Amino acid sequence: MTHIDETPTGVRAEDVPGDGLDARLVVARGAFRLDVALTARPGEVVALLGPNGAGKTTALRALAGLSPLTGGHLRLDGAELDRTPPEARPVGVVFQDYLLFPHLSALDNVAFGPRCQGATKAEARAQAAEWLARMGLADHAGAKPRRLSGGQAQRVALARALATRPRLLLLDEPLAALDARTRLEVRAQLRRHLAEFEAVAVLVTHDPLDAMVLADRLVVVEHGRVVQEGAPADIARRPRTDYIAQLVGLNLYRGQAEGHRVRLEAGPAVATTEELSGPAFVAFPPSAVTLYRDRPAGSSARNLWRCEVAGLETHGDQIRADLTGELALAADLTTVAAAELDLHPGAEVWATVKATQTHAYPA
Amino acid sequence: MKTVARADEAGAVTPQRGSRRRRAVPGVPLPLLVPALVGLAFLLLPLLALLIRAPWRDLPDQLTSTAVWQALQLSLVSATAATAVSLVLGVPLAWLLARTDFPGRGVVRALVTLPLVLPPVVGGVALLLALGRNGVVGQWLDSWFGITLPFTTAGVVVAEAFVAMPFLVISVEGTLRAADPRYEEAATTLGASRFTAFRRVTLPLIAPGIAAGAVLAWARALGEFGATITFAGNFPGRTQTMPLAVYLALQDDPAAAIALSLVLLAVSIAVLAGLRDRWMTASS
Repeated sequence: MTHIDETPTGVRAEDVPGDGLDARLVVARGAFRLDVALTARPGEVVALLGPNGAGKTTALRALAGLSPLTGGHLRLDGAELDRTPPEARPVGVVFQDYLLFPHLSALDNVAFGPRCQGATKAEARAQAAEWLARMGLADHAGAKPRRLSGGQAQRVALARALATRPRLLLLDEPLAALDARTRLEVRAQLRRHLAEFEAVAVLVTHDPLDAMVLADRLVVVEHGRVVQEGAPADIARRPRTDYIAQLVGLNLYRGQAEGHRVRLEAGPAVATTEELSGPAFVAFPPSAVTLYRDRPAGSSARNLWRCEVAGLETHGDQIRADLTGELALAADLTTVAAAELDLHPGAEVWATVKATQTHAYPA
Repeated sequence: MKTVARADEAGAVTPQRGSRRRRAVPGVPLPLLVPALVGLAFLLLPLLALLIRAPWRDLPDQLTSTAVWQALQLSLVSATAATAVSLVLGVPLAWLLARTDFPGRGVVRALVTLPLVLPPVVGGVALLLALGRNGVVGQWLDSWFGITLPFTTAGVVVAEAFVAMPFLVISVEGTLRAADPRYEEAATTLGASRFTAFRRVTLPLIAPGIAAGAVLAWARALGEFGATITFAGNFPGRTQTMPLAVYLALQDDPAAAIALSLVLLAVSIAVLAGLRDRWMTASS
């Protein structure tokens, strides 16, 4: 339906002053090639969002210096870091499973960084105690990592990374290791800590909600390349790939706009309210789709397609129908409606979408 | 951590195993059962004989004689020193083998393990050719520093370390391979050099493996015979360790030999007990 857009859009290097992050990360490993341009101003939180295997973690490891760059450049606050070993980079990392040193207490885990930077044992511990207090963990300073809950361990890991006073904070799937309930709470705390952080923060996630809540700007990576970049709200409203459309729950098509209609590459045309010409995307939510078993007579909807039910699944209190046929689309309907329509895989249906419910934008 | 997991596993299957075994024993085929029992007897009988023929009444006198004390003391000191040498040289070697990738690593690893299978006497001869007074390196040690190793207590330590160090290296390397290298990465992102990361993070994490390797190496050094007698000779009080003393005593004072053997047996059992969690539960 859509193909990957090869030119990243949004904020580019020239818009960003010397301060902050300016990187083009090229890492070639066998058949896989990562080539991602990434810029961020101090105080900005950027999320690298993408499916598994897109190269997000590779990008993060390259930023930290744990994997060498095979090309491109990496500048942080004007300083070249391409060849700097990880221990000499002003970069802090919160790892996905935190990697708290199991033989050290929470306090000594956090004091580890300051110690390595030359602080005396007493100074390092004093700083660590301060960080733990800021994270609300003063009571757990003496606890070994295995006695901390997931949320506490996450905060210790954050404190440990921040205690080195990094100019670039990297977070690898910071909430992935938590259960759903803790996640909500930790996400809110993390958002607060990231907002206070004055340097650049880059987080890697495959969860669009984490990305949208935590980040000021999203950089969507697929197959090692940036496919879309921008503010979370823009990306949610105007997805440019199937992956993002699915993440934000939209049906997305690409085609040629001719006035108030977009002729799709997939076949039929979609009537829209926007007036455009040239290559365009058109998107609509599954809830905008109405289904009929018989061809609706006198329906005002101009978008009418004959489809077949390929699959059904429950989605909260809704049923999501996967349709194939003239146009492949997802439709949401209530359980009652699904029962009345006697929907089952293989059933033939007519799908309509009002033009006012669609959203077209230039590709 | 690994030991705990193993212990848990073993604990979890025990009841099942017990009931299965009770049912299974009558069904064990004779061609397996008979050799198994003969094998068991073969392994246990000599130890039993040692206990049966032990001069229990004279034992206190035997064990307090100066000759025995000298040999025991020398054995303990030299085995401990050899273990220390093995630790200082062997742990870094194990790290190199486990954590770095260099051309010919497989060959180096094979060479490191060679003393495990090499007849110790051959090791002793090789040590003489290398570190003897006219040896490849030994002649320089002698003429530049006036250091002579063969037929000295230091020579005993060298011979024992040569034979024992591979045990430590193999054990530590295995532990290192099982340990998550990302802890070292986490340490470097916190500003630790690779050596600091090793010292402050990796070393504490692999301490149990190092301890087990050290005990193995120590036990091997304590029992070392061939390389020691070839390289260091057999001088009471200087290079005559327990195994050498046992062998010598057997010719003119068998009772003393048995007494000395009992001491070594006791030490071996103590070592086994110390390694119980690591080795015995792993195999059960």
